[in-house]
Amino acid sequence: MAHISVSENIPGIRSLAEFRPETGKTLYALAQVLLRGESPLTPAERELIASFVSTGNQCKFCADSHAAAARALYKEDRDLVSKVLQDASKAHLSPKIKALLSIADKVRESGKAVSPELIKQARRAGAGDRDIHDTVLIAAAFCMFNRYVDGLATWTPTDPKAYEEMGERLATKGYTLNK
Amino acid sequence: MAYIKVDENLPGIRGLMHFRPETAQPMNDLAEALLRSENSLSCGERELIATYVSYLNDCFFCQNAHGGIAQHYLQCEVSDIDKIKEDYRNSGVSDKLKALLSIAGSVQKSGKSVTEEQVNLARKEGATDREIHDTVLIAAAFCMFNRYVDGLGTSAPADRDFYIKRGKQRAEEGYAHYDPRN
Repeated sequence: MAHISVSENIPGIRSLAEFRPETGKTLYALAQVLLRGESPLTPAERELIASFVSTGNQCKFCADSHAAAARALYKEDRDLVSKVLQDASKAHLSPKIKALLSIADKVRESGKAVSPELIKQARRAGAGDRDIHDTVLIAAAFCMFNRYVDGLATWTPTDPKAYEEMGERLATKGYTLNK
Repeated sequence: MAYIKVDENLPGIRGLMHFRPETAQPMNDLAEALLRSENSLSCGERELIATYVSYLNDCFFCQNAHGGIAQHYLQCEVSDIDKIKEDYRNSGVSDKLKALLSIAGSVQKSGKSVTEEQVNLARKEGATDREIHDTVLIAAAFCMFNRYVDGLGTSAPADRDFYIKRGKQRAEEGYAHYDPRN
């Protein structure tokens, strides 16, 4: 049971967007531009960062739904997603994405935990200003989404199929409140 | 110097919003809906929640910028805002706001830290679903804003009077049409 009275059977953030559409539409607009808008990072890479941060924050709803979106977007490379979420250091990733995930992990702890050394490392691996900016803002935004979803104790489905469907929808339709 | 190339005349989130206006717009729309639009919590109360969470996250820019706005709405001294940040339980704020600040403090740690007990206490003090919702989302949103500002190593003026002057302007102009250059 959620802490406030939202529609039962509507999971996670969708129940909150329905409860309070004024803030819901701005949150979906932010997710759309951040995860699907123009960026040097692919939508698959950005969904991976989102799921990685949500996994660190132990927010199952966000971690599993964005992992499913990342899998749908990575297509034949979909197995990469679980490997990254289990142990990013062992996953077969480009040095740039590895360095960006290290930054995202620090943002998750605290903005102040990001060191100039980590930024230098990312730059040496080929990251530009926009890669670094988008990584920090995606990580920061999921520190918001995770707290929002769990802080109000919204419904978190346990059936993996439910997440697969969400992932497909996010991969094809993006962040829209329309059914 | 920030970690990315922003206009160094624009401190804190202003340089970042100028760097990437496409993400700035929904963030400002969120701030407007949360902090300024019609609500049973006053603008001053909502800015206090933002200030308190930014204080817990040790984000100098956000806690002073929003502290300055809160101070303007509440028509008090900055030292009063400081007292609330440091020890709201023994401050003069209402019991309902104390219960909501306690929820906001838990959200700052983790969404899962919010307990049913805290929510029940807030209800007992008269908080509605909308107020509990908005408190959680304000606290969560500032966990984003604070990380965005500090995670990119932006600069922040050390002079606290700077924020007090700007607080009045922000309260009057709002967030929706925010131009980071002004």
